[in-house]
Amino acid sequence: MSDHKTMTINLVVWRQKNANDPGKFENYTVKGITEHHSFLEMLDVLNEDLIKTGKLPVSFDHDCREGICGMCSQVVNGAPHGGQERTTVCQLHMRNFHDGDTIYIEPWRATAFPIVSDLVVDRTALDTIIQAGGYVSCHTGGIADGNAILIPKPAADEAMDAAECIGCGACVAGCPNSAAMLFTGAKVSQLALLPQGKAEAKARVKNMVEAMKECGFGNCTNHYECQASCPKGINVKFIARMNREYIKAQF
Amino acid sequence: MILDGKCPTGPIEQTWDKHRFDLKLVNPANKRKYNVIVVGTGLAGGAAAASLGELGYNVQAFCYQDSPRRAHSIAAQGGINAAKNYPNDGDSIYRLFYDTIKGGDFRAREADVWRLAQVSNNIIDQCVAQGVPFARDYAGYLDNRSFGGAQVSRTFFARGQTGQQLLLGAYSALSRQIKAGTVKMYNRREMLDLVVVDGVAKGITCRNLVTGEIESYAADAVCLCTGGYVNVFYLSTNAMGCSVTANWKAAKKGAYFANPCYTQIHPTCIPQAGDYQSKLTLMSESLRNDGRCWVPKKKEDCGKHPSEIPDADRDYYLERKYPSFGNLAPRDIASRAAKEQCDDGRGVGPGGRGVYLDFGDSIKRLGADTIKERYGNLFEMYEKITDENGYKRPMRMYPAPHYSMGGLWVDYNLMSNIPGLFVLGEANFSVHGANRLGASALMQGLADGYFVIPYTIGGYLATVKPYGTATDHAEFKKSAEDVAAEQNKLLSINGKKTVFEFMRELGGLMWENCGMARSKESLEENLKKIPALREEFWQNVKVTGSGAEFNQQLENAGRTADFLEFGELLCRDALHREESCGGHFRVEHQYDDGEAMRNDADFCYVGAWEYKGNDKEPELHKEPLKFDNVHLAVRSYK
Ligand SMILES: Cc1cc2nc3c(=O)[nH]c(=O)nc-3n(C[C@H](O)[C@H](O)[C@H](O)COP(=O)(O)OP(=O)(O)OC[C@H]3O[C@@H](n4cnc5c(N)ncnc54)[C@H](O)[C@@H]3O)c2cc1C
Ligand code: SF4
Ligand code: FES
Repeated sequence: MSDHKTMTINLVVWRQKNANDPGKFENYTVKGITEHHSFLEMLDVLNEDLIKTGKLPVSFDHDCREGICGMCSQVVNGAPHGGQERTTVCQLHMRNFHDGDTIYIEPWRATAFPIVSDLVVDRTALDTIIQAGGYVSCHTGGIADGNAILIPKPAADEAMDAAECIGCGACVAGCPNSAAMLFTGAKVSQLALLPQGKAEAKARVKNMVEAMKECGFGNCTNHYECQASCPKGINVKFIARMNREYIKAQF
Repeated sequence: MILDGKCPTGPIEQTWDKHRFDLKLVNPANKRKYNVIVVGTGLAGGAAAASLGELGYNVQAFCYQDSPRRAHSIAAQGGINAAKNYPNDGDSIYRLFYDTIKGGDFRAREADVWRLAQVSNNIIDQCVAQGVPFARDYAGYLDNRSFGGAQVSRTFFARGQTGQQLLLGAYSALSRQIKAGTVKMYNRREMLDLVVVDGVAKGITCRNLVTGEIESYAADAVCLCTGGYVNVFYLSTNAMGCSVTANWKAAKKGAYFANPCYTQIHPTCIPQAGDYQSKLTLMSESLRNDGRCWVPKKKEDCGKHPSEIPDADRDYYLERKYPSFGNLAPRDIASRAAKEQCDDGRGVGPGGRGVYLDFGDSIKRLGADTIKERYGNLFEMYEKITDENGYKRPMRMYPAPHYSMGGLWVDYNLMSNIPGLFVLGEANFSVHGANRLGASALMQGLADGYFVIPYTIGGYLATVKPYGTATDHAEFKKSAEDVAAEQNKLLSINGKKTVFEFMRELGGLMWENCGMARSKESLEENLKKIPALREEFWQNVKVTGSGAEFNQQLENAGRTADFLEFGELLCRDALHREESCGGHFRVEHQYDDGEAMRNDADFCYVGAWEYKGNDKEPELHKEPLKFDNVHLAVRSYK
């Protein structure tokens, strides 16, 4: 399995011990990378080298490494998740890079996402938005049959399109205003598209938008960078839908 | 000791209803006086924390990720079973019960499995009410697909992201309770010890993964919903952070570990590409609905492009060996069959470790659009990893460690042998016996969390006085000191090998000697090598940084230390179980045609191990299994 050509990659990585540390870029070189290494496996190689020489490895969030948990969060050469279409940074492969390339790696940058360590940020603000209303207030148990509510396929499919959001926060990192409109719009829309979500629709959108502002996320000025950054292809039409829901909720 | 699962008796159809009636209740006004700790916020923990909070208990919930929404349940692709019988194809609670018992190779408790089948229908209703966007047909009705080990279509799904959608449903219910103040959520906390006061579980010790602080939490009951342990094989389909740590720490405090050798190797995963690899990716079993598994009949064809191999030269080995279930044979059987073909020198891809999963016929029959609609995201995932297009060229697959049927021993109330310690979801051993059928882990996690624990925990709490949340008892202090001491030790060794190197080595031993095929020799080899590796670890591991900061190497070091102890127990269990059943295949025990040979006369029991110290042999406790409703028979899918 070692018959692949290998690459040497230069890395410029943001290092910051904790929230209070000013942080700075550091340069590293990693060798022996093949086209089959995932981006995070390339960072594993770097970290193994750092540990062996007694240095602190680079902290980065990751868990599933298959693009679904939303944990990984790195800005690669200026683009959240590396800028490949519908790809999280954990799904990015080194076949997209060349021998001798220099790669810049930074954390998500947004007021609402304080840095925890190196590339790791605190995204609890996204949870706060969901807690403000991203649910149907049904109790456990005592529920009618699943087929009692009919949901035609197109509505179910569109709700599913919105529900694919993995809560990674790349939309915020990509937005010049650090807005969380795409994230919030996706959840508001999912529930607004389904009959189950109708009863609480007005309160939901108001409360979630309010929470978004309180958490320090910016406003939307239609740059569409969020959609471009989103690894799940969440469409900006859901922001438009949220805006409509919000206006409806005022009356 | 003979263990008692405390299963209700009488006609199986009435067991759960009768038991629920017999359970003591906590009066509504008293519920808020009780504190419950829920460790883990996957399907099991998320559902439990939300439901218990809603009932009025004070809940403290914990997870190691930065948000409860990221538990590994999120990665489940294929679907969730329920006995709704919407397609009118002959399903029933009884059939789901029967399939699960048989699929588990007759190594699970009947009463627990019955309950699971019974509440399966409520789960679908609950999730629909939450806004889970299950697939629907044009008239608006819920859609179903088929899964391995069943001849009815009972699997509900949300594209290829069913686990994600179910988890987000549970997470939304949990978020609602967090907002309501009934649940306090602790993210980025890793449970590193169970606190037992006078023989009763009263709390946990955690590390705050951001600050490094060691924290104590007390409660009247502790629910472990901490998932599975197949990362003991290093490469698996589990997330990087999945570990045995919470379970193992509880085991070291006296909780029995049941059937650790029952591990599931999933037949369809993307084959390993190199030594640097950090994890393996599963391709949902649902693919076997429309994909056909084959390898070349002739060894000399293995290097050819698959399109150059005519149909007559392909061996559709599952269809050949198991004509009635064909490509939908259960996982243990499909995995072993793939290994057999590769061992026979007819595997494809790097190292000859792969079989084809071919959609050519389905695309001809249904069109590429239909296939894309059904599995689009899986094809996308496959292409991202392999750079190959699954619509044009058959996918390459190989089995990989995926799920742990074994787990902490629990009685019918999901309580371990330590009073006050409950175990839910993949972390317990209860319903899947020696092999789990597809789409039934999601079902179990949600059954335990939404529909079992809310009742059974009341039965326990009604018998104890509220303990409060003070953590000044000496046991809490001692636990915190022990945790700190272990961390300091890990940081002070300053050896030459990294944590990953040790984990890779352990994983290699487990996969080679205790993977899809196990023998007395291979297991005995591991029982020598694992303790030696463990010793080396404690002499020679290198962890940089300090304990008082965010330190992922330290986290991994602790998890690896626990795997190095637990791996030995897994092998010991596999060695003692002189039979082949489900995911546990002992080469000494097979029929002439290579099928597993179970030994009901000697091994029809749950094997639950009591920890006695690292240098002492654990003690085996047995819970005999009785089959009053399903006839104990040789499992056949032919
Ligand atoms: C790739 C993949 C696909 C799958 N597909 C399917 C499918 O289609 N259908 C199906 O039925 N099943 C499927 N499964 C199995 C199923 O997803 C899992 O068995 C199930 O989701 C486990 O749920 P759980 O709640 O028990 O644990 P998990 O979801 O793993 O949650 C564990 C929780 O415990 C926490 N935790 C763990 N240890 C600690 C600790 N020490 N301290 C603090 N917190 C801790 C974690 O943070 C997490 O919140 C799949 C599994 C995988 C890996
Ligand atoms: S909308 Fe897209 S980018 Fe934003 S959190 Fe969701 S998945 Fe991530
Ligand atoms: S690590 Fe889970 S999405 Fe990247």
